[in-house]
Amino acid sequence: MARKISNRRRVIMSVIAWALAFVIFFPILWTIILSFKTEGNAIKAPWDVLTSSWTFDSYHVVQERSNYFRHFMNSVVISFGSTLLALVIAIPSAWAMAFVPGKRTKDVLMWMLSTKMMPAVGVLVPIYLMFRDWGLLDTRTGLVIVLCLMNLPIVIWMLFTYFKEIPKDILEAARMDGATLGGEILYVLTPMAVPGIASTLLLNVILAWNEAFWTLNLTAAKAAPLTAFIAAYSSPEGLFYAKLSAASTLAIAPILILGWFSQKQLVRGLTFGAVK
Amino acid sequence: MSTQASRSAARLMISPSVILLFLWMAVPLGMTIWFSFQRYNLLMPGQGGFVGWDNYYYFLTDPAFFTALINTLVLVGGVLLITVFGGILLALLLDQPIFGQGIVRVLVIAPFFVMPTVSALVWKNMLYNPVNGIFAYLAKAIGLQPYDFLAHAPMLSITIIVAWQWLPFATLILLTALQSLDSEQLEAAEMDGAGALSRFFYIMLPHLARAATVVILIQTIFLLSTFAEILVTTNGGPGNASTTLTYLVYVQSLLQFDVGGGAAGGVIAVILANIVAIFLMRMIGKNLEA
Repeated sequence: MARKISNRRRVIMSVIAWALAFVIFFPILWTIILSFKTEGNAIKAPWDVLTSSWTFDSYHVVQERSNYFRHFMNSVVISFGSTLLALVIAIPSAWAMAFVPGKRTKDVLMWMLSTKMMPAVGVLVPIYLMFRDWGLLDTRTGLVIVLCLMNLPIVIWMLFTYFKEIPKDILEAARMDGATLGGEILYVLTPMAVPGIASTLLLNVILAWNEAFWTLNLTAAKAAPLTAFIAAYSSPEGLFYAKLSAASTLAIAPILILGWFSQKQLVRGLTFGAVK
Repeated sequence: MSTQASRSAARLMISPSVILLFLWMAVPLGMTIWFSFQRYNLLMPGQGGFVGWDNYYYFLTDPAFFTALINTLVLVGGVLLITVFGGILLALLLDQPIFGQGIVRVLVIAPFFVMPTVSALVWKNMLYNPVNGIFAYLAKAIGLQPYDFLAHAPMLSITIIVAWQWLPFATLILLTALQSLDSEQLEAAEMDGAGALSRFFYIMLPHLARAATVVILIQTIFLLSTFAEILVTTNGGPGNASTTLTYLVYVQSLLQFDVGGGAAGGVIAVILANIVAIFLMRMIGKNLEA
């Protein structure tokens, strides 16, 4: 911007922005702080919590008592599994629609999007019964399938908007320079498609990681990912603030970090390209 | 450049996703509609049969349905109100040149990446709890009685939790839209003597309208399915004071095992969601041509 901004205004704006950001981030910050306290200290008044001693105990306890690592792996398998499966199905489709658009490509895309509009609760009963009859309840496989299908429209849409931006002329240019079809795909198209595919992967892993309708309704103990594991703290016994905080911190930390890298893709992916 | 061969190859590449999505949508939805006309209770096997519109009649005349409908509207409306207004203000603020802009942005966006069960439990225990929660300590510090938020104002409390989760999304999208605004236009307006307020109302706000519509529509789709936040905080209670439509269908089908009644509720939820979806699809469709 060419306009000059007075320093005073900048300072005032900064103070307001930092204050608001602190308030918004506070619940997360507080959870992280409590996770390093003992149970006894975690329920003290806020100012006493801050001055009490720090400890890693809660993290040990969470792992020992509840086999935290297994639920963590369930989350990893389910979120990455469903996203990778969706990518395998979606890449050819998005590719074809972006490079060989037909008369009805737009209708197909809109129809795919419309499947995303169906509220999950509308199909809860049949999915639950089918899963029960096929022995898929409380299995990772079942959740991988459901979350894959649930996110497939978003995956296709995101890939489509990325692929569409690859200039088609570049293929002809490569062909002029004597590139073979294999060479074209390997040296020209793949490098241009990889960033789009990576962003799609990132955003959909985040969505699958945090999905809390199907994961809560279709799992019990064995295949429960972190969303369902944490939900078990809703009816706890005794003091549990520090343990809940430790489990929560571990559950959100990886996705918080991934998420901060994917801010831009988030806007694009979740608005289906309507806002870039 | 599309030849006959490449077009049929394209069709082959598209068909797996089309077939899978069609099955995913049509089969369960068809079953839901089918169940909704059946007497089907998992606790009473063998007592099946076609019952016409009975399930719909019972679901719609159940006083819990009316409560759930109102609660759903309160939740969706409340969250939209907070996130759109809050989002516009935050986006305007983050668009200013401030110190440490990147870090502020990262902090503001963070709640969106917290899984629903974690945010609900953190709010329930660390903030709302009338004995050990932060709000209780703050109230006591300024000489007020601690307030049991989830027991006395369950819908408001849940709305705040969900709004906290979605505020970053609204902010991020509105900020993206704001940054795509042509700054020369703003400067020209300023030269012509437009004040900050009129610049906001006549240039920025119309520019943001589109993004705000997208925010409203997309959030509505997700908000209609709010589930985990209610399950882990109030279980829909006290009584059914915080039961939404989604939660009511869950209770009916998976806790009371009334498959027929739950299915009828599911069909009603689908119809309501579709009304919203039609508007959203039009918007996105228009954008696809541009």
